[in-house]
Amino acid sequence: MSTAFEHPTYNYKVVRQFAIMTVVWGIVGMTLGVILAAQLVWPELNLGLPWTSFGRLRPLHTNAVIFAFGGSALFATSYYVVQRTCQTRLFGDKLAAFTFWGWQAVIVSAVVSLPLGYTTTKEYAELEWPINILIAVVWISYAIVFLGTIKLRKTSHIYVANWFFAAFILTVAVLHIVNNAAIPVTPMYSTSIYAGAIDAMVQWWYGHNAVGFFLTAGFLGMMYYFVPKQAERPVYSYRLSIVHFWALIMVYMWAGPHHLHYTALPNWAQSLGMIMSIILLAPSWGGMINGMMTLSGAWHKLRTDPTLRFLVVALSFYGMSTFEGPMMAVKTVNALSHYTDWTIGHVHAGALGWVAMITIGSMYHLIPRLFGRTEMHSVNLIAVHFWLATIGTVLYIAAMWVNGILQGLMWRAINPDGTLMYTFVESVEASGPGYIVRLIGGLCWVTGMLIMAFNVFMTVRRGEGARQPIPQTA
Amino acid sequence: MNNLWGDSLSGFWSAWIIVITLGSIGIAFWLLYANRKTDKTPDAEGNVDTTGHAADGIEEYDNPLPRWWFQLYVGTVIFALGYLVLYPGLGNFAGVLGWSQESQWEEEVARAEERFAPIFAQYQEVPIPELARDGEAMQVAERIYLNNCAVCHGSGAQGGYGFPNLTDDAWLYGGEPENIVHTIANGRNGLMPSWQQLGSENIENVTQHVLSLSGNAEDEQRAEQGAPVFASVCAACHMPDGTGNQALGAPNLTDDAWLYQAPGQSLGDSVRQTLRNGRNGHMPAQAAYIGEDKVHLVAAYVYSLRFED
Repeated sequence: MSTAFEHPTYNYKVVRQFAIMTVVWGIVGMTLGVILAAQLVWPELNLGLPWTSFGRLRPLHTNAVIFAFGGSALFATSYYVVQRTCQTRLFGDKLAAFTFWGWQAVIVSAVVSLPLGYTTTKEYAELEWPINILIAVVWISYAIVFLGTIKLRKTSHIYVANWFFAAFILTVAVLHIVNNAAIPVTPMYSTSIYAGAIDAMVQWWYGHNAVGFFLTAGFLGMMYYFVPKQAERPVYSYRLSIVHFWALIMVYMWAGPHHLHYTALPNWAQSLGMIMSIILLAPSWGGMINGMMTLSGAWHKLRTDPTLRFLVVALSFYGMSTFEGPMMAVKTVNALSHYTDWTIGHVHAGALGWVAMITIGSMYHLIPRLFGRTEMHSVNLIAVHFWLATIGTVLYIAAMWVNGILQGLMWRAINPDGTLMYTFVESVEASGPGYIVRLIGGLCWVTGMLIMAFNVFMTVRRGEGARQPIPQTA
Repeated sequence: MNNLWGDSLSGFWSAWIIVITLGSIGIAFWLLYANRKTDKTPDAEGNVDTTGHAADGIEEYDNPLPRWWFQLYVGTVIFALGYLVLYPGLGNFAGVLGWSQESQWEEEVARAEERFAPIFAQYQEVPIPELARDGEAMQVAERIYLNNCAVCHGSGAQGGYGFPNLTDDAWLYGGEPENIVHTIANGRNGLMPSWQQLGSENIENVTQHVLSLSGNAEDEQRAEQGAPVFASVCAACHMPDGTGNQALGAPNLTDDAWLYQAPGQSLGDSVRQTLRNGRNGHMPAQAAYIGEDKVHLVAAYVYSLRFED
């Protein structure tokens, strides 16, 4: 990329790299999702090949959207926000560059090894041990760059967004290292050091905190900068920030066992997972309230600013899915919802509605500024993207609600003689229409992402043409 | 660690769990309570003064916690504490309701037994050939079959690669009522050893001999050359005339039922593969899962399949 955009103070190069890769991996990860959605409607689309079968592409999809798309977005925004709010250049240019190339190497390793069938079988932690070591090294470097920058700050106060980013970075390091502790057997095979119910508990302690810290705390950090910035309003309540930040990071740690209701996990552990998930409702909503109330006095901007619309709708979906989550953690609800498509719908309410929409809103704010422009190439295309993303999310989660409740009720229905009323395959057959609606929702999303890619491409190209140095605002 | 990972914990671990659980809830609540009020008064727009610091131009108001949010938080904490009194959660304290997932399961199973057992007990009185003619009983039996057996034997019971067809008259272990009950209740293990050590020449000859038993030989000369090997190696289980032995589950090689012919595979290749690598067929025992009474009913369903055309 051209050196014309070099900021006199800040390291924008690494931010630009991660921002562009956010869009690229977003398209890759979501396209994989659409392929999988299509395979559930037409199973023959797996082409009869092991590399393209559902079982291998599904972890590739989750890794691509969470760690490649979400991860790149978090790197880009945290590096941007920490520099802007600490008024200092990123600590360690070379180390920051290493985090970019290292993280891309991790993603490429996933793209190769998962279709080849290498897997630890741990959900959201499928990558084998040599890749896990690389992840740990990159992540610790990330922590050094981020915390080093905070240490160098020229402001007295550490801004709330940086609390969330720091909590996310430190906790993910701990989660990743503890959950992936394994004994290597061959260069691409290892066994977990935990066994049985303990392994399951460690896995879901990791799994739910991957949601809590990677997909929630990290993206709340994004929210706390880009929402007030785009709305040009002060944050609603500093006090609320303090309470919900500490409560969120403390209580999330306990919520994992709700993934293991009615299993070999001891009763006491299941109960603690359930009650802590319920207590988590208010701390989760604290972030939503702080974001939403920041907009008071700026609601009129939603009419003209589709970027702000992305950010606000993301907060709405965040509020919805953090209400749904505690409800699904209640044992009696979970007895119906567990193992059904409802869970998949819930995850996507968070992943598409919250994570992807807050990311996209942030990128539409960030990308023009990184490339020497004040606005994206086309504001109208942002509006088109907004509607595609919103309609896509609503179709997706509505289809999965219907399917999930349908499946849960069919599985428990019995005849007067006590035999099951439906076989499993009948519930699969009944899910067909929902799978088609979900596929349409996914197609809306990918179309939106392609429009975004075009808009970004045009913005970057025009920006490069302009070749104007960015005035320093700090 | 064993003491930590059970429903019965050692005193230390039980106390540890109680302390960190209540401690965490307590700290979360204290955090809320300590921050509930602000001394500052709101401005004309209703917002409380900013904190004074700005980050990249972003200011922060110091508004009090929204009241309804505060109450929601308190409500969830009260619910959680109530739940911990009623249900297991605080270490070894079982909760005043004495509930556990095991007790819930046992109660539900007992209720189901009470309600449904008489229906199946009544069927168990009826001999299988007679029960197999009872249309109503067979409707119940079919549902049990579809939920427990169809995943391998197919919803039409016609089997598949490695899974016996239940609608034909070829029976590995016999098709009489008592044979079928035994198969379903206790399962079967059909082991054909590998004969790699015979060498490829002999394997080819025996393959042709086996094919000749059902009139499918591709090479008559080899079929004849394979006869002595068949007599010394294979006849022990499959009998000298190749008609098999139901006591061992050794298939009849003279009929046209071939359990291990994969889709698209030639019969010769399938027999060759069996001789080289052996086969390992496993029918899991069902008695422990569905109970003797349902085994009886499903056996009658399998028996009834011979009536259909």
